[in-house]
Amino acid sequence: MPGKLKAKIVAGRHLPVMDRASDLTDAFVEVKFGNTTFKTDVYPKSLNPQWNSEWFKFEVDDEDLQDEPLQITVLDHDTYSANDAIGKVYIDIDPLLCSEAASVISGWFPIYDTIHGIRGEINVLIKVELFNDLNRFRQSSCGVKFFCTTSIPRCYRAAMVHGFVEELVVNEDPEYQWIDRIRTPRASNEARQRLISLMSGELQRKIGLKVLEMGGNAVVGYLQCFDLEGESGLVVRAIGTACTLDKLTSGTPASNACNSPSKDGKESPLAHGCRSTHNSPVHSTCSSQRLSQNFSVSVPTLIFTGMGSGGSAGKEAGPLKTLLRQQTQTALEQREFPFFTLTSFPPGFLVHVGGVVSARSVKLLDRIHNPDEPETRDAWWEEIRQEIKSHAKALGCHAVVGYSESTSICEEVCILSASGTAAILNPRYIWGTLLARFEEQSPPSCGFCHIPYDELNMPFPAQLTYCYHCRRQKVPDVLFTTIDMPPEAAVTGKGCLIQARLCRLKKKAQGEVNATAISNLLPFMEYELHTQLMNKLKLRSMNALFGLHIQISVGENMLLGLASATGVYLTALPAPGGIQIAGKTPGDLNNEHHILTIQKRINDTIAKNKELYQINPPELTEELVGSPIPEPRQRSRLLRSHSESSDELSELDLSHGKKDAFVLEIDDTDAVEDIHSLLTDNSPPTGFYSCNTELMPGIYNWTSGVQMFTSVRVFRLIHANLTNQGLNKIFTDLCENLLKSFYFKLRSMIPCCLCHLNFTVAVPEEELIQVAVTAVAMTFDKDHSQEKSADKPTTKGCNETEEQLQFPLELCADSSSSNNQPSSKISGTASVDYGSFADRCSTWLELLRLKAHTIRRGSVKTSRRTQSLAHSGDHTHKYRTQFHNSVTVVKMTPLSFLPGTRIIKYLGIINMFFIRETTSLREEGGVSGFLHSFIAEVFAMVRAHVAALGGNAVVSYSMKECVLMENPNKNQAQCLINVSGDAVICVKETDQEPMPSTTNTGQTCSSGADGAT
Amino acid sequence: MAVELDVFVGNTTIMDEEVYQLWLDGYTVNDAVKVRMEGGVLEECEASADVLLSDTMDQYRTFHMCERLLHSPTKLANQLLFQIPPHRQAILIERYYAFDDAFVREVLGKKLSKGTKKDLDDISAKTSVTLKSCRRQFDNFKRVFKVVEELKGPLVENIRQHFLLSDKLARDYAAIVFFANNRFETGKRKLQYLTFQDFAFCAGQLINNWTVGAVGKAHTFSCIDNLVDDMDVDLDKEFLQELKELKILITDKDLLDQHKSLVCTALRGKTKAFNEMEANFKNLSRGLVNIAAKLTNTKDVRDFFIDLVEKFIEPCRSDRWTAADMRLYLTHYTNSAHILDTFKHQVVWDRYMGVIKSCIFKMYHD
Repeated sequence: MPGKLKAKIVAGRHLPVMDRASDLTDAFVEVKFGNTTFKTDVYPKSLNPQWNSEWFKFEVDDEDLQDEPLQITVLDHDTYSANDAIGKVYIDIDPLLCSEAASVISGWFPIYDTIHGIRGEINVLIKVELFNDLNRFRQSSCGVKFFCTTSIPRCYRAAMVHGFVEELVVNEDPEYQWIDRIRTPRASNEARQRLISLMSGELQRKIGLKVLEMGGNAVVGYLQCFDLEGESGLVVRAIGTACTLDKLTSGTPASNACNSPSKDGKESPLAHGCRSTHNSPVHSTCSSQRLSQNFSVSVPTLIFTGMGSGGSAGKEAGPLKTLLRQQTQTALEQREFPFFTLTSFPPGFLVHVGGVVSARSVKLLDRIHNPDEPETRDAWWEEIRQEIKSHAKALGCHAVVGYSESTSICEEVCILSASGTAAILNPRYIWGTLLARFEEQSPPSCGFCHIPYDELNMPFPAQLTYCYHCRRQKVPDVLFTTIDMPPEAAVTGKGCLIQARLCRLKKKAQGEVNATAISNLLPFMEYELHTQLMNKLKLRSMNALFGLHIQISVGENMLLGLASATGVYLTALPAPGGIQIAGKTPGDLNNEHHILTIQKRINDTIAKNKELYQINPPELTEELVGSPIPEPRQRSRLLRSHSESSDELSELDLSHGKKDAFVLEIDDTDAVEDIHSLLTDNSPPTGFYSCNTELMPGIYNWTSGVQMFTSVRVFRLIHANLTNQGLNKIFTDLCENLLKSFYFKLRSMIPCCLCHLNFTVAVPEEELIQVAVTAVAMTFDKDHSQEKSADKPTTKGCNETEEQLQFPLELCADSSSSNNQPSSKISGTASVDYGSFADRCSTWLELLRLKAHTIRRGSVKTSRRTQSLAHSGDHTHKYRTQFHNSVTVVKMTPLSFLPGTRIIKYLGIINMFFIRETTSLREEGGVSGFLHSFIAEVFAMVRAHVAALGGNAVVSYSMKECVLMENPNKNQAQCLINVSGDAVICVKETDQEPMPSTTNTGQTCSSGADGAT
Repeated sequence: MAVELDVFVGNTTIMDEEVYQLWLDGYTVNDAVKVRMEGGVLEECEASADVLLSDTMDQYRTFHMCERLLHSPTKLANQLLFQIPPHRQAILIERYYAFDDAFVREVLGKKLSKGTKKDLDDISAKTSVTLKSCRRQFDNFKRVFKVVEELKGPLVENIRQHFLLSDKLARDYAAIVFFANNRFETGKRKLQYLTFQDFAFCAGQLINNWTVGAVGKAHTFSCIDNLVDDMDVDLDKEFLQELKELKILITDKDLLDQHKSLVCTALRGKTKAFNEMEANFKNLSRGLVNIAAKLTNTKDVRDFFIDLVEKFIEPCRSDRWTAADMRLYLTHYTNSAHILDTFKHQVVWDRYMGVIKSCIFKMYHD
């Protein structure tokens, strides 16, 4: 009897009218946990019932506490017929099981029905009493903290990073069970929601057990995904990084706690660098074989082919004995998978970065026969991970950071993908004690760029030069990584979002034929995506990519590839050469003229981009640059196995290794198209920047304006005979237009940056392309950034701290002069950060000033944006006193922090899965209306849960799944959404120590007291 | 290629005030896009027509989803679906309940019934306010009317509390409710020159002085919390009854002459229109007192404004009184009655004339 769960149903409000005759409702509530159910009394004839129930007590095992959600059902009592369900609330009580997280859940929750959406709200109070020492219970892992955040959470210190944890559980999908034919859509949806909730709970508990075994107390970078495999079942899988975290005492947040978003090298996670192996063409081995019922095609995409054709052997194979070139053997090599889901690190953690490693594999799905033994799926992932591991070794690295896994499923075909960045880590963190230190400690700001591999045994062709920063170590010419840019890295100018987009048609097929066709296409797609990325990088005169994420999505008749990354000019790396156009048919005058024109356009674009992104690297003093390293021809030695096709491909080597300029040959219309598409990418309008990493390289002075958004677009292809080129164009336009829409909608926030732009593509049906984007728009102070870049285009992060000290004061002056409101007023109020809009409504505010009402109160606020807010500062102040808001404002962001604020407490992970279905699609405004309200509802439910935990923000928010199925002819649609994030309490940054990135006026003149709810 | 679905949802609900206004004004999405294009947003943001269309659709959808909440504004503050900062909520509400003067002028004093609703297309054609917007405004009137009808206490305060409107707008709605309840005639040709604001002002005067609620207020004027049990919507029957007593001012010949001479003495030499005032005194006085005496009849209440215009304002206007003349005359006319020793109804007289005076001042223009 390890725990007692207590729940009290307080009241309801805004209930729907369930009795047409009286226009009222006779509501009561069922509270269910496990197999125990309690009921409240019926509160007759009211839309705002006050149940004020007794405490319902559930005595349960803590294992159940972890797995099960508390299920609250609101019903309308009906004397003569069956009671009608109004809706349900599922509450994950996990956050209550950890002493450091929330202690009580209390608040208004939207009552949700899968058919009708939100129908009123219910006020609930929940507590948990745990009786015994948690660790004695082997099946439970209460107390292990989970974080979605992919860095060491602010306000914690990593005592030790233990490494990779993974788990998956499988089950039958209720939607495909026979019973589904006879039950209502509502019952089916609810069964599914409940099952997934249970499975996530179980998964989390199992992962927690593994962490305890490893001696850790937390999982960071927890990434949980669903594979809806249809007939063959439902898979819930998760990966994460086990750590031992120490809570920082509140007084000393600065050490290495990463408590602010800033670039301050000290505090934020240390960097890791990365270097790209990607210039090497794709070498692919397609090994296909039949494993019992499972067809499997493995498509390694990097240089090395991993286990070659022995693909299925991997599972319990023990430590890999392959070429261990690295002299420094660390603990990592004894681990099965030295992987880290983190994308940014404590200082000193990351030593060198090798480049991106990735692996994909095509599988045929088969019914999961025994849910208790998910071996097949385990084996699949095992294979892929082995491959990744061996790729990393080939790059001379013993670890993989920024690691993630994903799937794309279409009918019975499934593409499994994994990618990460090969790296060398400081072993100190792995052991927790100081072991062998690296002999030469490279300068912190450029160390991660230095090559980890032996320059005589380069795994791929690349041109090495001496580091432009320290002049001592070798660096590659280009670096690709999946992680965030290390905060101490020195960059020139600003970064920008770079996307490569690609569509490939494929024939419709079944089974193995289909899988083979897909696996044959994959290497070409990767190759083309890389080429595009490289071209676009050069076109912007940049030399490194961070946050690279390549998604390949499979549909019945096409494959979509989307690679997103943030390009930057790393000061430590050599300047990129230009792009040179060459024609295949020199005789043709017309052609030559054409080529000249294109060449000119390209050159113009490069020049324009340099200016746009403020890339003006310092002049090189030639004598300092070491002579180029002899081209290492011996590399082939390292290539263990090549398939025939890969030899062929290597001829297409993107040979920037040898030439200054990148040469594009125009030999056919395809090439012309490619170049054309290269040039049609629009740069963001003035005042906007965009990136897919946490922060925009080159922008340091964030203000506190934050707007998180989700946007979904679905395009229907209506031309019957589309070519690859035509499709590419459509797909590219789709992505570009989405970006344009964002810029337009968010124009009131200028100057601002779209951060963490996360694109997800899917092919939900034969002729549909779906793109879903979640990102956050953040304001920054323009003047500062300009000043900064003008002053010192190439300085590194550490100096910035001092420089920025002077800014906050100026800021105050600015804002008060521009709108004559004393800035001291603002600081106190700071309720919500709607600053960007505030300036447009002053006249209305005048009207409002006259009234005295009581609606809003005490929302927890964090911070306020400096400039436009100053304007409305005193208005807001009035509102605070006039309106007593019962709704806490909850900010959401995909980043791990909110600018201008400090996270003081993590309340637990938010991981929610919702299904919404309608049989009156037209009446709800078509698919757009349907999805619009569903997304709004999901946001509302996330906010309500966070507020009930006592939080005021969600960080590291992501929408992992958005599956929309529609049938307009039947007037029906169904949508599934899975979201996750970390609920936190944050307060306005009041630290007196300068945080370079958080120059909000609040910190200069306010008390953060109003931050507490 | 066709966009099958296109949505954008912000954690903080994004609303563009310009688009909101277009939506309120009843523009279709396409018309709204046209207007916005002409407005020049595009150049400003390097966007294309597609972008504008997509944005407009998103916003229209958002407004449509919010509309339900706007019908009971107090819900907007504690609903969870949209995260809208308080000052934005206030703007949304205020604008949703704003109305066109041209429209309200047509409906003022009419019964807020289905019948009137059917005439909205005519009103729409006449005022060139879109039918959609007319409907919204009409439904707003009706909704406010329905809610306050059943409430006790001060009208303006009730409206302000239930609909979270600004003071000004709440007063306007009080006027609309008051007019609709008492069915004052405002549509006659002779009344066409009066604006809604003229009527709203008069309604305010009537509400504050002639209703049952007004009696309580007169004593504890500063204390709004003092909830009077009776409504502000109906005129004080007792008072109307008492008004009959004023008839003595015109039926008693002596009193009438005495009153006239007092007024004339005071006015002599102070205005160019003195002769006309002197000549018309008895007519004008009869006019005003007769209006007072007839107010017990519902029918005559309805004609209150038309009577004021016909019996008083028009004669004065044809004699070319200036506004200052009017002020002078009415002030002395009212005050002189106090000096009449046989006239015992000073309190009723003041209560009556105070309102009449301010209404006429407001209504006396071209």
